[in-house]
Amino acid sequence: MEFFRTATNFPFMSTRKLWYGLSLVLVVLSIGSFFVRGLNLAVDFTGGVQVQATFTSSVNLDALRTGLAGAGYREAQVQFLGSARQAAIRLPPQPGQGGDVIRARVEGVLHAIDPRAEVTSLDVVGSQVGDELKSGAIKAVLATLLLIFIYIALRFHTWRLSLGAILAVLHDPILVLGAFSLWHTSFDLPVVSAMLAVIGYSLNDTVVVFDRIRERFEGSRRLEPVAVLDQSINQTLSRTIMTKVVTLIVVVALYALGGQALKGFSEALIIGILAGTYSSIYISSAIALDCGLKAEHLLPTSVKKPVDALP
Amino acid sequence: MLEFPRWKYVLVAAVTLLALLFALPNFFGTDPALQVARKNHLPMDEFARREVEQSLSAHNAPFIASYLDQGKLVVRFAGVADQLRARDEVSDALATGYISALTTASRAPGVLRKLGLRPMPLGLDLRGGLYLLYQVDVNGAVAQLLESYDQGFRRALTSANLPFTDITAFTGSKSAIPNGLRIALPAGADIGAVREVLRKANPELAFTIGSGDAGPTLLMEMTPTQIKARQDYALQKNITTLRNRVNELGVSEPIVAQQGIDRINVQLPGVQNSAEVKDILGKVATLEFRLEDAQNSAAEAKVRGRAPLGSKLYEMDGRPVLLKRELIATGDQLTNATSSIGNEGPEVNVTLNGQGGDSMLRNTRLNVNRRMAVVYIEKSRETRTVGGVKTTHDLTTEKIISLATIRAVLSNQFRITGLTPVESRELALLMRSGSLSAPIFAVEERTIGPSLGAENIRMGVQALAIGMLAVFAFMALYYQRFGWVANLVLLANVVLLTALLSMLRATLSLPGIAGIILTVGIAVDANVLIYERIREELRNGVTPQAAIRAGFDKAYSAIFDSNVTAFIAGLVLWVIGRGAIRGFAVVLTLGIATSMFTSLMGSRALVTLMYGGRRKIDHVSIG
Repeated sequence: MEFFRTATNFPFMSTRKLWYGLSLVLVVLSIGSFFVRGLNLAVDFTGGVQVQATFTSSVNLDALRTGLAGAGYREAQVQFLGSARQAAIRLPPQPGQGGDVIRARVEGVLHAIDPRAEVTSLDVVGSQVGDELKSGAIKAVLATLLLIFIYIALRFHTWRLSLGAILAVLHDPILVLGAFSLWHTSFDLPVVSAMLAVIGYSLNDTVVVFDRIRERFEGSRRLEPVAVLDQSINQTLSRTIMTKVVTLIVVVALYALGGQALKGFSEALIIGILAGTYSSIYISSAIALDCGLKAEHLLPTSVKKPVDALP
Repeated sequence: MLEFPRWKYVLVAAVTLLALLFALPNFFGTDPALQVARKNHLPMDEFARREVEQSLSAHNAPFIASYLDQGKLVVRFAGVADQLRARDEVSDALATGYISALTTASRAPGVLRKLGLRPMPLGLDLRGGLYLLYQVDVNGAVAQLLESYDQGFRRALTSANLPFTDITAFTGSKSAIPNGLRIALPAGADIGAVREVLRKANPELAFTIGSGDAGPTLLMEMTPTQIKARQDYALQKNITTLRNRVNELGVSEPIVAQQGIDRINVQLPGVQNSAEVKDILGKVATLEFRLEDAQNSAAEAKVRGRAPLGSKLYEMDGRPVLLKRELIATGDQLTNATSSIGNEGPEVNVTLNGQGGDSMLRNTRLNVNRRMAVVYIEKSRETRTVGGVKTTHDLTTEKIISLATIRAVLSNQFRITGLTPVESRELALLMRSGSLSAPIFAVEERTIGPSLGAENIRMGVQALAIGMLAVFAFMALYYQRFGWVANLVLLANVVLLTALLSMLRATLSLPGIAGIILTVGIAVDANVLIYERIREELRNGVTPQAAIRAGFDKAYSAIFDSNVTAFIAGLVLWVIGRGAIRGFAVVLTLGIATSMFTSLMGSRALVTLMYGGRRKIDHVSIG
């Protein structure tokens, strides 16, 4: 089987204004949504209490809310978790109350509703810890972007490709953030690690295209950059799509079968992989072109020998 | 012509075999088990094993197998019911000599274990348990040190007959001297002599001369190095103490580790009730042994509201008691403490070190028929919110737990009576594990129920299996024979990754499983890069063998560069992340390394076996 039996020849470069526009709209929408709606930050980042409970039959959330208010937790947020027999309870930080105290009180409320109800997990995060995790997550994303920028600049001898790669790759986590704020999906620590994985893998595609661009320029330095970039993207297109299809297969399996704990994580990966595929095909090379990429930028001295294969 | 050097075949085969061996223990699954240890910390031996086994058999608690492992006995059971019955059995019939902890044990044959091959330990999110993150009050530790300097200076100056007006300790960034002491002297005092005495008492401290309202002052400021050293000491001491206390709790495979500069994380698999555990772990308690002051009247002191010089007023069961300030011995001088039931009810048997024993001998010889008190001192921290402002207070509770007549001369071994069974057990535990050198308080606390853990692992493994099957089907359809090569290589990659994680004893968490699943999706990439390149070469009219060769050679730089970026993201996550997130990062970065090996070496070996050598090929089955 082969999806691309004949070589494709899509004019990616001449139509790039269109793709820039599409990206710009999505990015603006994402940033807008991020500022208007904000992120639904999990207790990992805000501090507070998160309780998961399982009931023997469907539970009435209003009854649960009333019960919790009666126990002194007036600000409790209650919602179903996967099914009507599981509930997630979120409380603001409770200074002076340890996990044991909270557990006893919440269990009291649960047992009044369903004597066989069970607390399956209970997280108490101090607000100081939450703040640290938040700044740690931001630092992690920035450090990753910086290191990757340096690596690409060194590897390909030109900041033009670096800039293209970084702008394309910035675009992906922004769309993930936009989607998470739009749908108000809970944003927790695993989502941040998914975002970093997305940054790594979106670049993976971009780098494969860049590698091909370099190879084409090595073949002949007199080729027109527009033609080289178009050809490079087209030649790697089947690989880009194939790889992403396979990765999406496993990530969708994770989303559908991995349970509640990995829902946000796999959702971020799905959005990120789709955005990453788009940005590495339509955006990264186009930006390098608009920065004036030419053969000599990639081949600073004489024609460089291609990297040797393993002996 | 397509060739692959023989040594590389050997390398691929050897790595694959080794990986299979190391990954093997993970595929057997686990049984409920009981970990039994000796109370006196001696390793378990064959004798102890027979004793436990016989007791279990005699009391109808069937087990599958038992073996000694790292000084502990592990007993495996067919079900949780048997496991719980056996636990009750050990805690009833064998309570005097052994403690037990619920755990899980691998079903892998003993041969593997003896070779040192073990499955990956499971994280709390996959087995249930309690995670605690403690903040250590390192500034409190500095304050404590200043306090002891303060006392030492007073003693030194008094015994040298040098008068001083006052000594004040300063702590915290708001005070005039961030961390230091001020010694106020009367006008005309001999500063040189004072300084000499203080320098002798603590040679490492530096003093500067200032002037106060009434006379000269000496200022001592701790250097940043000294402060840091004290904080590090407090943290390390607390980690040791917490480790001791955790071991006393009878939890299997606990983790106590430093996190950041002033935090300690404690992971206790299988523990659900945090109240009792936190109570014991966080307790800052010590003992003091003091003589009763019988010369003065305690009742009178109570009326006056003040104790006479050299004594301190306490209350015991509602009656006032005067105790002398001098210490006979303190909890720090304890070397061992065990609780038992004696003739007079529960008791704690105490062993003192040489210094404490000497002091006890000297004091009790001179004071037979007088009374000695054991004072229990507990420090706690209370947070109160008054008008929206949070304030914390350190509370010290001192309580006489026993006041008994000295009937005979005591030395380094004696008993403390007058406690309830629970009190004596807890006291012995706290005394044994040592005291915390600075208060700690929990800033993060997570419990995961065992059912949720089991659910997480079931779902994770299911997602892995279905995801892999879907990828296999797709690859076989799309690339035909080469697709099967890729599938074999993918499978080898998962085995190799599992083997590496097992060798490193990395803890497997739910994000870790997600990382393995993601690695499967990613590892395909290298193969796809190679195969697409081969197809491209074939389209250009190159002969099959040359196309295969060119495919592998030309795809190399793309595979390398593209993996490096993902590797960087993984490394950052590894360095900055913690807990389960770090687990994900470890899997991700190792997965990239293994996938490069399997796709570049393993895949090439297989393809060369199929199409290599001198045979004539006119068709390549690559879809």
